Amino acid sequence: MSNLEYYSLTRPEKFFYKIGSFFKSIPLGIWKFFKKTPSKLKEFFKKIFNPIINLFHWFVRGDALTKLNFLVMGIGQITRHQVLRGLLNLCYEIISVIFIVLIGAPNFTKLPTFGYVSSVQYETDEAPFIGYMYQDDSFKILLYSVVSIIVILILVFLWYTSIRDSYELQQLKYIGKNKSDKETLKGLVGKDYHKVMLSIPTLGIAIFTIIPLFFMILIGFTNYNSNHMNPKELFDRVGLGNFQQLLGITGGQNGTQFALVFVQILIWTLIWAFFATFTNYFLGMIVAIMINKKGIKLKKLWRTILITTIAVPQFVSLLLMSKMLNTDTGVINAVLRELGIITQNIRFLTDGILVKVTIILVNMWIGIPYTMLMCTGILMNIPDDLYESAKIDGASPYKMYMKITLPYMLFVTTPYLISQFVGNINNFNVIYLLSNGGPIFSSINGEMITAQVFGAGQSDLLITWLYKMSMGEVFKDYGTSSVIGMVVFVVVAFFSLIFYGKSNSVKNEEDFQ
Amino acid sequence: MAKLERYHSKKFKEITSRALIYIILIILSIVWLVPFIYLLLQSFTESYDPTNIIPEVWTFQNYINLFTDPIYPFGRWYLNTLIIAIITAVLQTIITLMTAYAFSRLRFKTRQAYMKLILVIGMFPSFLGMIVTYFLLQMIGLSGSIFGLVVVYCAGAGMGYYVAKGFFDTIPRSLDEAAMIDGANKNTVFWKVILPLSKPIVVYTVLMSFTAPWGDYMMASYLAQGKQELFNVAVGLQQMMSKGRDIQYFPQFCAGGVFVSIGIMALFFWLQRYYVEGVTGGAVKG
Repeated sequence: MSNLEYYSLTRPEKFFYKIGSFFKSIPLGIWKFFKKTPSKLKEFFKKIFNPIINLFHWFVRGDALTKLNFLVMGIGQITRHQVLRGLLNLCYEIISVIFIVLIGAPNFTKLPTFGYVSSVQYETDEAPFIGYMYQDDSFKILLYSVVSIIVILILVFLWYTSIRDSYELQQLKYIGKNKSDKETLKGLVGKDYHKVMLSIPTLGIAIFTIIPLFFMILIGFTNYNSNHMNPKELFDRVGLGNFQQLLGITGGQNGTQFALVFVQILIWTLIWAFFATFTNYFLGMIVAIMINKKGIKLKKLWRTILITTIAVPQFVSLLLMSKMLNTDTGVINAVLRELGIITQNIRFLTDGILVKVTIILVNMWIGIPYTMLMCTGILMNIPDDLYESAKIDGASPYKMYMKITLPYMLFVTTPYLISQFVGNINNFNVIYLLSNGGPIFSSINGEMITAQVFGAGQSDLLITWLYKMSMGEVFKDYGTSSVIGMVVFVVVAFFSLIFYGKSNSVKNEEDFQ
Repeated sequence: MAKLERYHSKKFKEITSRALIYIILIILSIVWLVPFIYLLLQSFTESYDPTNIIPEVWTFQNYINLFTDPIYPFGRWYLNTLIIAIITAVLQTIITLMTAYAFSRLRFKTRQAYMKLILVIGMFPSFLGMIVTYFLLQMIGLSGSIFGLVVVYCAGAGMGYYVAKGFFDTIPRSLDEAAMIDGANKNTVFWKVILPLSKPIVVYTVLMSFTAPWGDYMMASYLAQGKQELFNVAVGLQQMMSKGRDIQYFPQFCAGGVFVSIGIMALFFWLQRYYVEGVTGGAVKG
């Protein structure tokens, strides 16, 4: 169907056409996937084998120095005017070899069982009469192994580039040219400037985000918890055990209960993210429209009042709110009672259903000023003549909102909406400081909970539950929490992927410039 | 006559709609401000009583107690947070802007892949790897000091480049090219051409990285490991409000909240223009 034909359809026809094309696209997509697979595989293998072929090629054609460079990294560069680069390569090789021999190797050998003995008890004369001699710490063994793997990967990469450069220098020498350190340094403020700019951020992200993340994903396949921790015991691989626990496959009745609690929390996380994002967005927009309306005076005052609330740190407003909403000692209940509106205190934060409403309302109180601020800026960018011509055509304010304001706002702020939605899935502060996840699940479907659910509460999000089971004061179950973290990732990635591709500013990045 | 009537009814409609908006705005303002007024009032009260909104006896004792209370060393927390915030503001701004500039202006082979990688990493819950982070800080000897937090904040700074990149994207490329023709290298272009033009985004980034440590609870509480001398204000005031002492300490908490808020509020009002610009721009370009 051509575009023109499509536009001539009526609305329901368009709707059905879309549904039809959606179902048509599924087998088509599968067919395309299989059709493309062989060529993709070919490309993939090419990418893997090319470097190996290259290395072989360089070894055969290289002179003595290039050949020596296979063993002593950087020697080919040092002897051909690139002293600085060669020395850096050499230094890295020496340091990493020492690291691997002294730290990497001993830990690698213990990796299959995560160590042999956790600790040895011995008697002492002093008060507790029992001392521990620490032996193996599974945590450290795994961590050092992860670090060693990364060190080795970097070493391989540098080794490859150093041989490549050495061979290139050798070729250049044949035709009487050379590249020295000077050119490298010049490149650093020229074509290689990104290496300078991104070196510190990369280092930070690699050490404090990627290594911990990689490590924690591995932990998801172990039983690292307070019973399997230095000095008590070593931890061990459990394969997919933690995932099975989450799905309720193992553990009989207790296992099913755990899975039920998990599903409840997952559903509430999604409901929360949806309401928190869209209530703030639409109400914030409406407030912004009201303030922006022609003829409304004291625009600055209204805006300042709302900005005041943004300026107060969130934790202050949240803690204050949680105290004000307290069932027995909160001011709101006290005032309502004094006024005679209620006779019994309202359990804002301790009733399973009411707490969810309260949290969303408080979140509106916190979030609307921010959205309002954002929307005012964008609303002012909508050309006035659009509204004027609509007015001349006799459009009502409601129609103007639906046909001009809303489409424009949605078009411009999609990235913001995505990041808000994702941010709300991971919104730790609001829940933790307001209700601390409470009230705790005591029964589910009329059944007493006997399974270990790590203090899961009815207003807990996945993220606060994760915090409770690993970072809190009571529980330390890193294996399970790691799996929950992966679930959060999957949920977030799913929603991001759906919306991200539709965002215009992502598609047309270069158009801005 | 009929025309005039219609004119009048239109005007009447306009007036009622305006009046309605004013009423809504006034109600909203009250809803938004009352809790903070309550916070301020309670900070002057002698002891907490839920039925008393306006203190019966006005006193400054809570503010004095904040700095003299032996159990909760608020002065220390405030100083901690201030030091962390100042150092973080400087370092984080530099790192964030460097990353943003690289992604916005420089074209290199791994650029798209790198940006996608940061996007994907950002989808994991940020504190999943916190036990490892703590261990790494222990290895470099920063686990028992507030500078551990500074390191963690700055290490993640590269991942918050979005807003600044959006801003850099709007600066015309011809400026860079003109400077390059005049013999500038990319380093000078960044420091001498782009940065001076980016005052709004620089101020916005500084403001954001300065205020973030004041509100961070999660990271700060874990890295402090319950040691009071390492708390920031968020962790400290949260502690004050837990463990069953919340009624006794509520006025003192209010005083602390007021104390923390006033500084940041002043900063916000001073830099309001840049803040608004950053928020709007950031939303549009994600």
